[in-house]
Amino acid sequence: MNLEAHLPALQIVVPLLSVPVVMLLKPRGFAWAATTAASIVALAIAISLTSAVLGGAEIRYLMGSWSAPYGIELSVDHFSAVLLLVISGASTFALLAGRQSIASQIEAERQPMFFAAWLLALAGLAGIAVSGDAFNVFVFMEISSLASYVLIAGGPDRRALPSVFKYLIMGTIGATFYLIGVGLIYMMTGTLNLADMEMRIHEVSDQAPILVAAGFITVGLALKAALFPLHAWLPNAYTYAPHAVTVFLAACATKVSLYVLLRFDFVVFQPNLAGHDIQFAFFLLPLAVLAIIVASAVAVFEKNLKRLLAYSSVAQIGYIMLGASLVSQAGLTASILHIFNHSLAKGTLFLAVAGLALRSQSLRLDGIAGAAKTMPWTMAAFVIGAFSLIGIPGTAGFISKWYLILAVLDQGLLGVALVFAIVVGSLLAVVYVWRVVEAAWFRAPPAEGAATREAPFELLAVTWVAALANLYFGIFTEVPVSLASMAAEGLRELMP
Amino acid sequence: MLEFLGYYNYWVFAILLMIGFYAVIARGNLIKKLLGLSIFQSAVFLMYITMDKVEGGTAPIIQPGATDQLYSNPLPQVLILTAIVVGVSTTALGLAIVVRIKDAYGSIEEHEIFEENQPQ
Repeated sequence: MNLEAHLPALQIVVPLLSVPVVMLLKPRGFAWAATTAASIVALAIAISLTSAVLGGAEIRYLMGSWSAPYGIELSVDHFSAVLLLVISGASTFALLAGRQSIASQIEAERQPMFFAAWLLALAGLAGIAVSGDAFNVFVFMEISSLASYVLIAGGPDRRALPSVFKYLIMGTIGATFYLIGVGLIYMMTGTLNLADMEMRIHEVSDQAPILVAAGFITVGLALKAALFPLHAWLPNAYTYAPHAVTVFLAACATKVSLYVLLRFDFVVFQPNLAGHDIQFAFFLLPLAVLAIIVASAVAVFEKNLKRLLAYSSVAQIGYIMLGASLVSQAGLTASILHIFNHSLAKGTLFLAVAGLALRSQSLRLDGIAGAAKTMPWTMAAFVIGAFSLIGIPGTAGFISKWYLILAVLDQGLLGVALVFAIVVGSLLAVVYVWRVVEAAWFRAPPAEGAATREAPFELLAVTWVAALANLYFGIFTEVPVSLASMAAEGLRELMP
Repeated sequence: MLEFLGYYNYWVFAILLMIGFYAVIARGNLIKKLLGLSIFQSAVFLMYITMDKVEGGTAPIIQPGATDQLYSNPLPQVLILTAIVVGVSTTALGLAIVVRIKDAYGSIEEHEIFEENQPQ
């Protein structure tokens, strides 16, 4: 048996089949170890798929050897490789770092179930990234969503429950919109395979249903991706989730929906609907700019550290969408690059927050005041992540903002206005990050509940690996940039 | 008028979809919201089932000897079977969360939960 040929399927199957095993592992620590092992295997598969894709291989896998478009086809290209790296990387980092953090928030007897949900979320997210079938994507989307509702509601904070209920309602509406869109396309083309769909839409005489489908799919996925103003579910869900879960989901969950949105729009709709690229840009560009400005401004006034970072995530979705809505090669490259780099930055920040939460009683800004005096290493990693978030030169965040500004400047006069928006967003990021840094480094600790000592070693080590990765990918940019530009090319190749 | 009647099922789909959507938005009771969500999802099931029907078509079963049998498209039915399972799991999970909300807050009215959360 040639194992390498089955990697796309194994990417989903390994976490999925680990679920029943993990559920049975009652004794303490085993469930964590098994989950982490499965996650590391998933990361290894993702890395090997990425290197195969970078080597020029075209990876297509027929589930059960049923030929496409009749069977379900898995396909891995540069874009899905980026997503696979982000998903399995975020999961692995969060698990490696999060053992104590999870133990402090989830009771021991509930842990096997919690880890089972974690693996289901991992399998679902990876499934979305590798699947080439529109309905299959829906099923994986629901698997990952249902699992992430369970994960978010798993923490001890009761305020997580109403937030997760809101997320469930909005997430289900988003997924159902997507389902309606897929149904309409199936009605007109008779196929669910994305590549096949693109070819058959040419033959459709009445484009009205396709147009409606484009609307449903775009809005549904924008809701799942928390694109402003559809982001209402995100801040509270991320704030009250267990800290390790926030690391995992903040780094990848919304990006996977963006991935499906971009893939659908650029592969299926834009080459086939007259003027769709203009409509796409006119609809999403203002939303992206508003996301950057409004969400950053809200973050400036936020008092809870986790919610501050969650609003910053909404703003970062805006940057990603801004690049994509330029509908140009350079814009898409910047956008995909930012998916990767923002995951690094936000992952680092939330890892530092997880460390902070273990030692400090409160995550409000006045609660973490002076934390850097007792936890200098954690807060130093936080500062590196924050630099990357702002886009200071030398960090990964700078690279994607730089590409974004270059892409925006191609747009002439409009571009100058957009650069202004990007700069304002980054300055606001400086302000909200500075509020955290000022509180942690320069204020006196509160009378009680202050952090007393440094975060546990393994958490700190992983946080620093993530922080150093931000610096590494800020200097050695070749791999992410070539992945992103090839991915953008792949999306653009069908464009007229 | 005839064309309107011809799309009868699709009108039912659209109306059910909007009834469900309205309930999700307008109701403050979490159970009623979930009911709305279920109606919303069921409407989509109806759309899928409607589009697979071929007039005069039978069930898609291979019959020996018959080669030109007219049959309905089985694929959307299979798809919607999956979507029904997804819908049931979503409702089940939603109800489980409502039970926990009731335990934690003593209420399943949205505004009361909101007020509970305020002093924080």
